[in-house]
Amino acid sequence: MGVKAKVSAAILVFIVAASLLAPLFYHYSPHRIDLDHIKTSPGFSHLFGTDQEGRDVLARVLEGAKISIGVSLLAAISAMVIGLAVGVVSGYAGGKVDTALMAFVDLILAFPSLLLAIGISVVLPPGMFTVMIAIAAVGWASFARLARGYVLGIRDAQYVEAARAIGCGRYRVLFAHILPQCMPLALTMLTLKIGGFIITEASLSFLGLGAQPPVATWGGMISSGRAYLETAPWISVFPGIAIALTTFCFNALGDALAKN
Amino acid sequence: MDFVLYLGKKFLLTVILLLGIALITFSLTKALPGDPALALVGERASPATIAAIRKQIGADKPFLVQYVDYVKMISRGELGRSYFTRREVLDELKQKFPNTMRLALLAMALALPAGLALGFLAAMQRGRPLGEALNSISIVGISVPVFFSGLLIMLFASLELKLFPPAGTGGTEFLILPAITLSLPSIATLSKVSRTSALEVMGLPFIKTARAKGISEFRVMAVHIFRNAIIPIVTVAGLDFGSYLNGAVLTETIFGWDGIGRYSVEGVMRRDYPVVLGTVLAGTVIFIVINMLVDIAYHVLDPRVRVYGR
Repeated sequence: MGVKAKVSAAILVFIVAASLLAPLFYHYSPHRIDLDHIKTSPGFSHLFGTDQEGRDVLARVLEGAKISIGVSLLAAISAMVIGLAVGVVSGYAGGKVDTALMAFVDLILAFPSLLLAIGISVVLPPGMFTVMIAIAAVGWASFARLARGYVLGIRDAQYVEAARAIGCGRYRVLFAHILPQCMPLALTMLTLKIGGFIITEASLSFLGLGAQPPVATWGGMISSGRAYLETAPWISVFPGIAIALTTFCFNALGDALAKN
Repeated sequence: MDFVLYLGKKFLLTVILLLGIALITFSLTKALPGDPALALVGERASPATIAAIRKQIGADKPFLVQYVDYVKMISRGELGRSYFTRREVLDELKQKFPNTMRLALLAMALALPAGLALGFLAAMQRGRPLGEALNSISIVGISVPVFFSGLLIMLFASLELKLFPPAGTGGTEFLILPAITLSLPSIATLSKVSRTSALEVMGLPFIKTARAKGISEFRVMAVHIFRNAIIPIVTVAGLDFGSYLNGAVLTETIFGWDGIGRYSVEGVMRRDYPVVLGTVLAGTVIFIVINMLVDIAYHVLDPRVRVYGR
């Protein structure tokens, strides 16, 4: 693994650890409103400044990290599980099943994904869980395509044939012999996809469809800071940098994994 | 002839796809917890008024009847009226579509040359610091959400330097900042694909032959490599148009650009179902048409690709 990937992994570990441990060592609460100190510029007392209600921006960025990364990771894992199941079945079954399933996958892939995610976020009551479902519902299709392509390549491999020859049932062949072979590829895809999912999560919260206040989300913070862009840009800028940095690290890591 | 057949098949699939998408979006909007009749007249209206409104917008009929009615309406070439403005959704779309197209086309006009140039440069500088730096920059491009880069661009170019108006709809001066914003992720994707594609072609034997003939490096790059590397790039550029539709939703909302993207967000926020359905269908049609154009371009650019075969 190259230097870039190692540094990215280190930064990600740092961000996750900081967001999880924040309540233990950071004395500002992300929710405490302090109207005496609104829009304080970044400095020693508030490293990232305070927002329009006097809440500490760093504390909120850290809480946002927990939400963003948590939601995206869970969504990515769900998308991977669904996608793998559909893709493996589609590739192994072939024929009409394959054609029908892939037509459906293409339908999902063809859809402007943000519109679909917005649609789902509107249907279900707003919140983290809804965002997760919306992202997973759009994201599984690319996993399915990938898995299907891979299974097509290995379904007639000798070890699969051998498994069939010694009398393994269809499901045993699928889940004990073929599925594990797809895992490295699927995990690389997972890393590559999380970045995009973080952006979708942030976009939905930016539009007010994500986790609801008082919970801090990166997208929500950028949205509420828009009105103070000229006088207090740090309210929007720090969560924005957080999104960009986290997404960059996941993408760089995914790139490095994909090359191996 | 085969190609015509292929296009015909594709067209049939498109119609099926559209019916499917209409059904999905339609069921989604029907599953919404909010009641559009209530949203229209307010909570304090009498039950009789609400019932009358429900009847007027057809919300009292069974689901399947509503869907069939909806499909019938679409096949007549109508998309219904907005619950709020009472204006025809199709008319609104016709009025807003050119705005979104102007935005998307300008963004693409910026993204294509920039992405190609950066990608080819990165391929030529492979393994050297400049190439690695360009590679990282392209990852940055897909890592920054457009609603954030848009705000930064607005902050610097408009609020600080006062070069362009910050938001609104109108002439080209309003269009430049959202178009730059929208082009950024696309530049990143295109440069990445161009780099990969150029590197692949560079390793082929005929490039060695071209070099051995003593052709200038520029000519090798511009003629031999470029022409062969362009095909996957065209595909990605076309497919990327879907991401322009996604990006337009956010970019138009931030910059107050009166296009389909902002219209759809407004529709979603106000539970204006005909608007939501109309924009989603229109977005899908645009996407499919562009995909078909990409297929045709593919066919013209590379006769080896027999897309219609098999």
